[in-house]
Amino acid sequence: MTVKDLIQALELKVFSGEQGLENEIQGGYTSDLLSDVMGHCNQNDVWVTLQTHRNIMAIASLRDLAAIVIVKDLEPEPEAINKSNQENIPILGTALGAFEISGKIYELLKKKV
Amino acid sequence: MTFTYEIEGGNFSRAGTASSDIKKALKQLDLDYTIIKRVVVSLYEAEVNIVAHARRGTLTADIDPDRIVMVLDDQGPGIPDIDAAMTAGFSTASSRVREMGFGAGMGLPNIKKNADSLNIQSTVGVGTRLEIVVNF
Ligand SMILES: Nc1ncnc2c1ncn2[C@@H]1O[C@H](COP(=O)(O)OP(=O)(O)O)[C@@H](O)[C@H]1O
Ligand SMILES: [Mg+2]
Repeated sequence: MTVKDLIQALELKVFSGEQGLENEIQGGYTSDLLSDVMGHCNQNDVWVTLQTHRNIMAIASLRDLAAIVIVKDLEPEPEAINKSNQENIPILGTALGAFEISGKIYELLKKKV
Repeated sequence: MTFTYEIEGGNFSRAGTASSDIKKALKQLDLDYTIIKRVVVSLYEAEVNIVAHARRGTLTADIDPDRIVMVLDDQGPGIPDIDAAMTAGFSTASSRVREMGFGAGMGLPNIKKNADSLNIQSTVGVGTRLEIVVNF
């Protein structure tokens, strides 16, 4: 499943990183603790979080994530948006909370794999 | 190849710059992805610790044909009890740092888990020195 497929299926908002919409998603990780994500995510995961500062992009880029989904209608900070555009890792948004959106992503990924 | 970086305490917007450059250099070397991942995780955590806990520091990374040796030397408060600091969940991070999602007390355990060797020396009131080795 590509990031674009995910956006279409779950009506996600695209904040940035449009060049990365064809990134392939292979799994997902949900956490707001950066060290937890750093240590336990997998390459090509989509990351669900409420963090919005630029360090989320450092993690996403260092760990080669497919995209980030920011929950609860929160908005990424401008520095995160810039980095997302540079690295071609999309930052997406949803009104839902982490529990609900993670459940939906999980269902979609389970079907595709 | 040797890389040297200055790391500024408190400056979270630059945290991860050194890790990102080292990752780029390693990608030229045709290494296993897992090796690159282990370097990146341990170096990022060590970098963030200087930003979060110390005043300033330097990173020296030596990339050899068979391994990378990363030495992070900082001037800062030091670590009074290294065994306690190594315990998962132990953190003295400020509330500001915690709100950003840092300060979960998982940094040093992450380094330990991903490095082939980790050596910590610290003097309270002076600073901390980490030597992290990942074999290729
Ligand atoms: N470079 C450092 N200088 C001073 N104290 C440090 C340093 N690195 C780690 N520490 C201490 O060790 C604790 C645990 O570190 P770590 O496992 O990375 O967790 P965290 O950084 O999330 O608190 C820190 O909270 C801090 O008290
Ligand atoms: Mg830490």
